Amino acid sequence: MNRPRIAVHKFASCDGCQLAFLNAGEALLTLAQRVEILHFAEAGWIDPFAEVDVAFVEGSISTQHDIERIRVVRESAKFLVTIGACATAGGLQALRNGVKEAASWVADIYASPEYIECLPESRPVSAHVKVDLELWGCPVTTEQVLAATASLLNGVMPVNPDEPVCVECKRRGHACVLVTQNAPCMGPVTRTGCGALCPGVGRACYGCFGPAELPNAASMAKHFEQAGLARRDVARRFLFITSTAQPFADIGQQYRDKEHD
Amino acid sequence: MTKRTVNLNVPVLARVEGEGALDLGIVNGEISELGLRIFEPPRLFEKFLEGRSYMEVPDMVARICGICPVAYQMSAVQALESILGIEPTPWIRDMRRLFYCGEWIESHSLHIHLLAAPDFLGFANAIDMAGKHPEIVRRGLRIQEAGNAIIRFLGGRSVHPVGVRVGGFWHAPPSAAAAKLLAELEALLPEVEALAGWTASLPLPGETQDFECVSLGRANEYPITQGRIVSSEGLDLDIADFDSEFKESHAPHSTALHCHHRGRDYLVGPLARVNLNLDQLPGETRKLLEACGVRFPSANIFHSIVARALEIHVAFVEAIRLLKAYAPTDTPYLEAAPRAGIGFGASEAPRGILWHRYELDDSGSIVSARIVPPTSQNQARMEADLRTSLNHFGLDQPEERIRHHAETVIRNYDPCISCATHFLKLNIKKKA
Repeated sequence: MNRPRIAVHKFASCDGCQLAFLNAGEALLTLAQRVEILHFAEAGWIDPFAEVDVAFVEGSISTQHDIERIRVVRESAKFLVTIGACATAGGLQALRNGVKEAASWVADIYASPEYIECLPESRPVSAHVKVDLELWGCPVTTEQVLAATASLLNGVMPVNPDEPVCVECKRRGHACVLVTQNAPCMGPVTRTGCGALCPGVGRACYGCFGPAELPNAASMAKHFEQAGLARRDVARRFLFITSTAQPFADIGQQYRDKEHD
Repeated sequence: MTKRTVNLNVPVLARVEGEGALDLGIVNGEISELGLRIFEPPRLFEKFLEGRSYMEVPDMVARICGICPVAYQMSAVQALESILGIEPTPWIRDMRRLFYCGEWIESHSLHIHLLAAPDFLGFANAIDMAGKHPEIVRRGLRIQEAGNAIIRFLGGRSVHPVGVRVGGFWHAPPSAAAAKLLAELEALLPEVEALAGWTASLPLPGETQDFECVSLGRANEYPITQGRIVSSEGLDLDIADFDSEFKESHAPHSTALHCHHRGRDYLVGPLARVNLNLDQLPGETRKLLEACGVRFPSANIFHSIVARALEIHVAFVEAIRLLKAYAPTDTPYLEAAPRAGIGFGASEAPRGILWHRYELDDSGSIVSARIVPPTSQNQARMEADLRTSLNHFGLDQPEERIRHHAETVIRNYDPCISCATHFLKLNIKKKA
C-alpha cells in the first residue's frame, strides 16, 4: 500500500513550529513509518515541487518569491495545513503592516537596501491561496500537529478546538489572574491549545494562539481600560503575536487611533 | 582535468535551521565564486521592538528563533536589568543557568543526531540513519527531550517559554517537579556519557585550520549565561565594548550581516567555548574528554560535534547539581521602576555569543534595539572554511562529492539562518 505523502514547507518564521515534529521523540520515528516525507528541508528531505497529500506550511508570506512559491505548494498539495501564527496570521513580523514608516525600515537597517527583497506587509498564507486547515499557536504543539496528521491519515477532518483559554484554565484549576491580580489577561478572547500555560505560572495570557470563537474583544478592551491600562497598552495587547487576525486587528487599531483622545 | 568549469548551486540547504543556499563557481581548478547565500526574508524585529514596553521584550525576542528562544530571553533580560538596576538573586541566577542548560541539551542533541551525524555516516537524514542505527537515534531523541523537559520545568513549554520575565521567573516550580526532573536526568546520565565517546568515534575529517576562537569567559564557571568576551588571541573585553573590536558589514548576497574581529573571520560556538574554557569544565566532563581521545584545544573544526557532546554532559552535570539543591522561593522575580538608559547583554547561545543592546526611555519603552546573533559572527568563518576545505578536498572531485562536502562543512557550524536574518545592525550608511 502506498503511504500518504507529506511535505513541510517553511516561509518567514523562527522554525519553532517545525519543532513540533522534530521534538516529537519516538513519535517522529513512528510518523516517518506511517507517511512518506517528501519535503522537509530542516530534517533533510528536499523536493519542494513534490505532489503530496498533505502540505504543512510554516511561516508568513513576505516576499514576491514567497507568493510564487506558496502557489506551487498549493497546486502540489491535496490538503494544505498552516502551522502556527506566522502562516495563519502573518506572525509577529506582521507588526510592520500598516505602519507608515515601515517602508523605510529596510533602508534603516541595511547598508545596501537594494539587495533586500521584502514586501511591505507580512501576510498569512490564506491571503494568497486556499487553506484547508489552520492550526493556531505560537508555537503549535506536537499534540496539535500529530492529532491533525492522525485524523487526516484516517480520512476525517481534524478536531480544531476554538474555545477560549478560560475553559482550559478552569479545568486545570488555576486561580484567575484577571480577577485575583487585575492582570490584563487575554484568556477570555484567546483560543485554547497551549494548556493555559500563562495563568498556570501566574501571569496574564498574551494571546499567542489567536482569537477564540466569537470573542467579545470590544468588551475585553473596555475592561482593560477600566482596570487602568492606558489605551496604547490596550492596543498592544491585541496587536501582538496575531495582529492581523480579526477582531484583534480592528480593536487594536481603534485603541491605537484614540491613544491621545 | 583542471580545465573544467563547474557551477554548483545548492538552492536550499538541507538540515540547517532557516533558508540558505550555496553558490560555488570553479574555473580552471580554482574557486571563482563562493557565497553562502542567506535569503530568508528579513523580519525587521529591531524596528518593531521600538516603542514596545521592556516587559514585552522577552516574549518578542524569543520569536526570533524557535530552537534557541531561551538564549534570546536570557541575553535580553540581562541587558534590560542592567538598565533598571536589578541585581538577580542567587536563586534567579541558578535557575537561569538551569533553564539555559535545557536549551543547550535540546539544541545540541537535535543538531548532533537530526542534522549533523547523517553526514558522517552516509545517510540523507536521521530517519534513514535510524534504520541502521536505531538505538543511536533513539538515544539522541531521549536526550533532546530531557533538554526540553528542563525548559518546560521553568518555562511551561520548550519553544517560546512563558515563564521568563524581566527580573526573574514568573513562578517557582514546586519541589516535587524538581525531584521528578532530577530523577529523569540522573537515569539518562550514562547515555550522555556514552554519547561523547560515540561522537569522537565518527569518521570525522582530520584537517586543521588557523582561526581565532571567541567566547564568553572569566566567569568562574563554564560560560553559559554571562561572562567577559575572551579569545584565543588574548582578547579580554567587557561586553559593553563589543563594538570597539567587532565590526559588522552587509554582504550583497545575504540578508544577514557578516561580523569580523579586526578584519578577520572568527569562530564562536561549542568548539570555541571548549577550547577557551577547558579549566572550567566539571571534573566528570574532563575525564570524559580525556577518555574520548580528541585533544583540546583543537584546530579541527569538525571536532565541533565532539564539543557539542561534551557540552551536553556539562549541561547535565550542572542541571543535576542545581536540581539537587533546588528549593522554591517566595521571590522568583525582582521589580524595579522603569528608567532611561542603555544596557548590554551577552550569553552563550548553543551556537555561540548572542549579544544584545537596548536603549530605554524613562517610561520603559524601547528606543532602540540591536542584536548580534552567533550565525552572523560565524558566517565569514564558514565561507573561509569552505574555501580552505574544498581546496583541500580537491576541486577535481565529482560535482556531487564536492557538493556533499560543502554541505557537510556548513552543517558542522550548525548555522541558524532564522536567527541570522532577523537582527541586523542598525547602521545607516549615508552616500556621499
